[in-house]
Amino acid sequence: MLKYLGSRLLTFIPTFIGVTLISFAFIRVLPGDPIIVMAGERGMTEERYQELTEQFGFDRPIYEQFWDYFTGVLQGDLGDSFVTKRPVWDEFFALFPATLELAFCAMVFAVVMGLPAGVIAAVNRGKFFDRALMSSALVGYSMPIFWWALLLIIVFSGNLGWTPVSGRIDLVYYFPNSTGFMLIDSLMSGQKGAFASAVRHLVLPAIVLGTIPLAVIARQTRSAMLEVLGEDYIRTARAKGMSPGRINGIHALRNALIPVITVIGLSVGTLLGGAILTETIFSWPGIGKWMLDSIFRRDYPVVQGGLLLTAVMVMVVNLTVDVLYGVINPKIRKR
Amino acid sequence: MTDATAPDETARPGRLREFWFYFRENRGAVFGLWIFVGFVICAALGPWLAPYDPTEQFREFALLPPAWQEGGDWAFPLGTDPLGRDMLSRLIEGARYSFFVGVIVVTVAASGGILIGMVAGFAPQWLDSVIMRIMDVILAFPSLLLALVLVAILGPSLTNAMIAIAIVLQPHYVRLTRASVLAEKQKDYVTSARVAGAGLLRLMFVTVLPNCLAPIIVQGALSFSTAILDAAALGFLGMGAQPPTPEWGTMLAEAREFILRAWWVVTFPGLAILITVLAINLMGDGLRDALDPKLKRS
Repeated sequence: MLKYLGSRLLTFIPTFIGVTLISFAFIRVLPGDPIIVMAGERGMTEERYQELTEQFGFDRPIYEQFWDYFTGVLQGDLGDSFVTKRPVWDEFFALFPATLELAFCAMVFAVVMGLPAGVIAAVNRGKFFDRALMSSALVGYSMPIFWWALLLIIVFSGNLGWTPVSGRIDLVYYFPNSTGFMLIDSLMSGQKGAFASAVRHLVLPAIVLGTIPLAVIARQTRSAMLEVLGEDYIRTARAKGMSPGRINGIHALRNALIPVITVIGLSVGTLLGGAILTETIFSWPGIGKWMLDSIFRRDYPVVQGGLLLTAVMVMVVNLTVDVLYGVINPKIRKR
Repeated sequence: MTDATAPDETARPGRLREFWFYFRENRGAVFGLWIFVGFVICAALGPWLAPYDPTEQFREFALLPPAWQEGGDWAFPLGTDPLGRDMLSRLIEGARYSFFVGVIVVTVAASGGILIGMVAGFAPQWLDSVIMRIMDVILAFPSLLLALVLVAILGPSLTNAMIAIAIVLQPHYVRLTRASVLAEKQKDYVTSARVAGAGLLRLMFVTVLPNCLAPIIVQGALSFSTAILDAAALGFLGMGAQPPTPEWGTMLAEAREFILRAWWVVTFPGLAILITVLAINLMGDGLRDALDPKLKRS
């Protein structure tokens, strides 16, 4: 097991260096001089330009710059935003809870709907339910989520007026931002209606973001269940006269869950990518919207730092899934 | 690897028929194929099918609802957009862009990916490791985010969006090709070809490659739809095709502010994306069943 863990970690390190290299290269391959971009339309004097070039280290050899950047990254120094002048690291972690809350709720939605859908489809293989569920899953899988978001807004916000169109909570509520998670903060504030308002703001974005993972989970659960249901031990359980509910729900599902958990872990990248679209449409103040705004504002340190931190986050989750998978399934370790 | 793809000379003449036999089994796939054919016809014959020029503005008919709704006009069956341009013509013209994006992205990503994957499969251990680590690095970034940043570097346009998406999709082909190459390399027919004196290039592209194609073709269908979706997403975010290009994602972005007033300007472009992507995914499922029984999901 230790050997397995070691080999996983060993592949992590070069990937991490590569990811850092790419995000380092980003600011240097951009057309135009980043310092001139930073100056904006006001322009700057020759002296100030020299000063800033020195400050950012652009006058030094490229490998020295990379070494500085790399050691900075390891110490949590990702530079300061051009626009707000605050450290990128601080900004990222101030906004991250919003994205985490959204992604977590999207995942809960996807799992809660997707697992039963997959199981029902597998148990009713070839029948009406199976066809209907799997057709819907394929539609969900093919969905342009930015359009799906607009449709839901038309129906639920426009026609029915049930949900708000943007933001995380109504402006009438105000309470300290202690955890950064709106659902928890609004509950702790004890203000009447605050929690309900937070939930109403969250529902549509979570559904939109969870749609593709939902479809993937439903499809994966179905095929994993079908594989397990063909095993001998299931036949034994049937022969023993066990109830179908017990067989499907306990004996089969538990073993079918292993590939499903992998899929859930691997959807984190999809979620973070989808968050860009979802957060932009619903004006959700999270990482995705922050990155897109920074791209448009040409706030390069933010794009660079955000790109790196998102990639590292995806890598850490994938590594965790890999390791967990090794713990659950000893056969994998040998590869 | 599989019987359907083995280079069995006697089976050759019937191969296409065999493929069709298995493909036809999957009714959804055949349905998808027909829709895809319609999509290709729209893309190929766009200018002759569309009733108007997609950029022509009929100012007096701005935001006309679809013909079957009150106030609609059969001259504009799907209504008009805020500038009075005919929705139907723009949608048909949009099929060209999406088809173009799919074809170019898949061609670039697949040919690059296959080449790199072949090299990785045949290369000495160290080069293989280096290539695969680079692919890991690309795969570590969420694909849409990486594509966005690449477009930000290259400048927003449809061409740059296609380049970015191709770069982001290409590692999947590398991994797939390398895995099949490593599996095929062990087999006797490869050894016998080598013993018979086949050179490295011949071994790579004539002996091994044809037997690795099945999963790659399936991946091709899947990334065709991913390419269309991602290009539309980039267009929607203002980083893909620029207005007034009638690209479906860009049309959606333009229509956003009218979302609560004129449902049709928002609904139809998205529906076009969904139907096209769905049809291609249906076809992809059928292709997988027909070409690669091993991948078949029971």
